[in-house]
Amino acid sequence: MFLKNRDLAGNVQAETDGGFPSRMKTSTDLHFKTYLLIFLMVIFGPLGNVFLGKGMKELGPSSTGSITGVVGFVFHVISSGTIWLGIASLLTFFVAYTLVLSWADYSYVQPASAAAYGMVALLGHFVLREVVSPLRWIGVILICCGVLVVGNTPPSTTIEGK
Amino acid sequence: MIVLILYLLIVGAGTGGELCIARGMKVVGEVKDFRPLALLGLIPRVLRVPWMWAGVGLMATAFFSLLAVLSKENVSMVVPVTALSYGAGALGGKLFLNEQVTPRRWAGVLLVCVGVALVIVGRS
Repeated sequence: MFLKNRDLAGNVQAETDGGFPSRMKTSTDLHFKTYLLIFLMVIFGPLGNVFLGKGMKELGPSSTGSITGVVGFVFHVISSGTIWLGIASLLTFFVAYTLVLSWADYSYVQPASAAAYGMVALLGHFVLREVVSPLRWIGVILICCGVLVVGNTPPSTTIEGK
Repeated sequence: MIVLILYLLIVGAGTGGELCIARGMKVVGEVKDFRPLALLGLIPRVLRVPWMWAGVGLMATAFFSLLAVLSKENVSMVVPVTALSYGAGALGGKLFLNEQVTPRRWAGVLLVCVGVALVIVGRS
């Protein structure tokens, strides 16, 4: 079987496969790797933001009135272990994000990654024993419903045959 | 006023940067080999795409705006503001990336937007 796909760059991509079972496997693989990378994003995105927030709070307000103030602030930022943990987490998030965008729609990946809000609420409630208000739980449930609805659409709509 | 501008940069430059990254990665093509060496070999190909540079520049602007805001505001206040980017992202995907945003996907995006707004209200 011979498929022709046209991508955003205008290139015609040709691929051969062994027929219907092969295409089904490709579709299953596509969904699996999409879900796996979105899972990594959902874990490492909020983790990075929390580490960065904690690190910046430890440093206090930035003094950007003079060049020496800016240089001193940058030095303090790069010498903070918490901020480096945040940067490493966000880097992992970014790599997963970049890879998944090589095949999946942005309008699919972006709302699907909102599951991170649910993850933060669940971690806050069950791990940190934080009080989560009913309104916030309703919000989390709505986000999860939205993610499920988006998740039931095809991950990629810009390349034919996916 | 400065905080408001920083919030606008986080949302505007952040969404614009992600759209550019998405477009750049579509030019690179679907990644099928996830071995570390293969991923390292991908870097030169990625760096040759101008859209990636535009995206990284915009996302860096959003990132430093985020750092500046985080030194003034609580993370629980700052992070939910990114909810504004979901609607803009779906619209950008349709107009800038030619994605087929079906009514079902719009419904999902709407649910996410409302949900994130409730999470923000529930926190304050």
